[in-house]
Amino acid sequence: MNETTRAATAGRRAAPVRARLSVRLRRDWFLYALLALPIGYFLLFHYGPMYGVVVAFQDYNIFKGILEQDTWVGLEHFRTVFGMSYFRQVVRNTFVLNGLELVLGFPAPIILALMINELTSRRFKRAAQTTLYLPHFISWTIVGGLAVQMLATNTGLVNTALAAIGLGPIPFLTDKWAWLFSYTGIAIWKSAGWGTILYLAAMSNINVDLYDAAAIDGAGRWRQTWHVTLPEITPTIVILLILTVGRLIQIGLEQPYMLKNVLVAEFADVISIFVYNIGLRTAQFEIATAVGLFQSVVGMILLVAANTVIRRMRGRGIW
Amino acid sequence: MVGRRLTAGRVAITALVALAVLAAALPFVHVIALSLSSNSAILRGAVGLLPVEPTLKFYGEALGDITILRSLLVTIRVTVIYTVLALGMTIAGAYPLSKRRLAGRGFFLMLILITMYFSGGLIPQYLLVRSLGLLNTTWSLIFPILISAFNLIIMKTFFESVPAEMEDSAYIDGASEATTLLRIYLPLSKPVLATLALFYAVARWNTFQDALFYINEPKIYPLQMKLSFLVLNASARAIMEQERSQGIAEFVAEEGIKAATIMVATVPILLVYPWLQRYFIRGVMIGAIKG
Repeated sequence: MNETTRAATAGRRAAPVRARLSVRLRRDWFLYALLALPIGYFLLFHYGPMYGVVVAFQDYNIFKGILEQDTWVGLEHFRTVFGMSYFRQVVRNTFVLNGLELVLGFPAPIILALMINELTSRRFKRAAQTTLYLPHFISWTIVGGLAVQMLATNTGLVNTALAAIGLGPIPFLTDKWAWLFSYTGIAIWKSAGWGTILYLAAMSNINVDLYDAAAIDGAGRWRQTWHVTLPEITPTIVILLILTVGRLIQIGLEQPYMLKNVLVAEFADVISIFVYNIGLRTAQFEIATAVGLFQSVVGMILLVAANTVIRRMRGRGIW
Repeated sequence: MVGRRLTAGRVAITALVALAVLAAALPFVHVIALSLSSNSAILRGAVGLLPVEPTLKFYGEALGDITILRSLLVTIRVTVIYTVLALGMTIAGAYPLSKRRLAGRGFFLMLILITMYFSGGLIPQYLLVRSLGLLNTTWSLIFPILISAFNLIIMKTFFESVPAEMEDSAYIDGASEATTLLRIYLPLSKPVLATLALFYAVARWNTFQDALFYINEPKIYPLQMKLSFLVLNASARAIMEQERSQGIAEFVAEEGIKAATIMVATVPILLVYPWLQRYFIRGVMIGAIKG
């Protein structure tokens, strides 16, 4: 490109910083027109509900729109919420289920990725990854159906197989203690394979020289894994750990909704189920909104706390 | 890499991975077998990993059930409309934001990124959908989740990777901004567009939480919602049966239909899975780096 065309194209690309704002707006009107739609969407459907959180501090009148509410009650709904034993139960259950998933589920993709990384047959590696990623793409409805078919006490395939070798039956889905581990196991089944992707990517970026140097120092495969692979993927582990801790109080609705049943409700009712029951089925919008806000605040505190602890230990966290 | 020793360890690792693969695949194999087996075989508890007395009867019954068929059609319609609109909106957001010269770019990006980490919560969303008059319409399954900020960032990153010289030469040829987008950027983006279309379609196909919140008109239940009733009923009956410890023929008959319906809901995912897997990984990587 010669100097003339360069000057000409500068009119559109590489905006001269000194161009006046009005000039830039006029030049890029098409871009702004395009952008207006998505920005409008985010303002309405994301920032709208963020404003809607004010319901938690109001006496909500269902005959008025959300902008016309005018009865403020301060923290009354929060006092109501914290006084409900059902609320304390669902918070406990949320922490227990997420805690189990953290303790048992967080290491699963790391171990799996370390093992996949050791596979020597490329073809088997590919086939294994393809199969292991699949559960990630299956809806919770279907996983709920599969769970019953595999784990039901009388008819489930696992108990049928156990009976054939003279064991069981184990009430995987109907005993509340067994259910805690079934729930966690199913969550691991669905996410562990998919979770290996980031770790495998981190491993493929490790400099081969590091392994060679370790080998020269006499390290076998196990020690190479311990002294090279693990330290190299630690930053990935740390980021995911902080994010997971930050989400300890967040829980989706679909998973517990599909896996719970009446016999295990004492352990299976979690915050999202509470919000669904209290907010929608009995239309106590203020209470359910207050719970949502409580979740966000606790989540933020957990995230900052996790990041602070990690930063003390390692010198830096995710910010 | 070095070190071909430790064969025992290597065999053990291969065996463990094979075990994990089996665990991931077996439930699908079992449900396929159930959906293809005869009533009496299921009743005897004879179905393991292979169909017994194979028949397509349950597929006929599942698709012959007007409520299941209707839900399937609702899901297909919603998924198609949603995917087209979502893709259009994603392009509309990603293209301007990929231009570094755009005044206010950083502000708009921040506005969008914030929504990835903060939300008003389920009830304020519900109240918004209600006040917009979308309750009990299929639009409630489309508008509230119309753009994924994550997908928008992927699209934007791709647009940024298109060499600026392409745009320059179009400009010199007198092409308008719209023509540049339609004739140069979009044709170059076909693989990414296909990927994002799959992301959107699969997400829409699988989700039922919003239907649970926004729809209580059975005629427009999406398939996953309908299926969730079948599954939860079956699970409740399994418990009853366990309590009374007796086999109920009626319950088992529904098992077959349930299995067939599960397959009907799963097959489309399996069909697009080879593409999904390849591109999803790339998407996750971009998201991880940028996010």
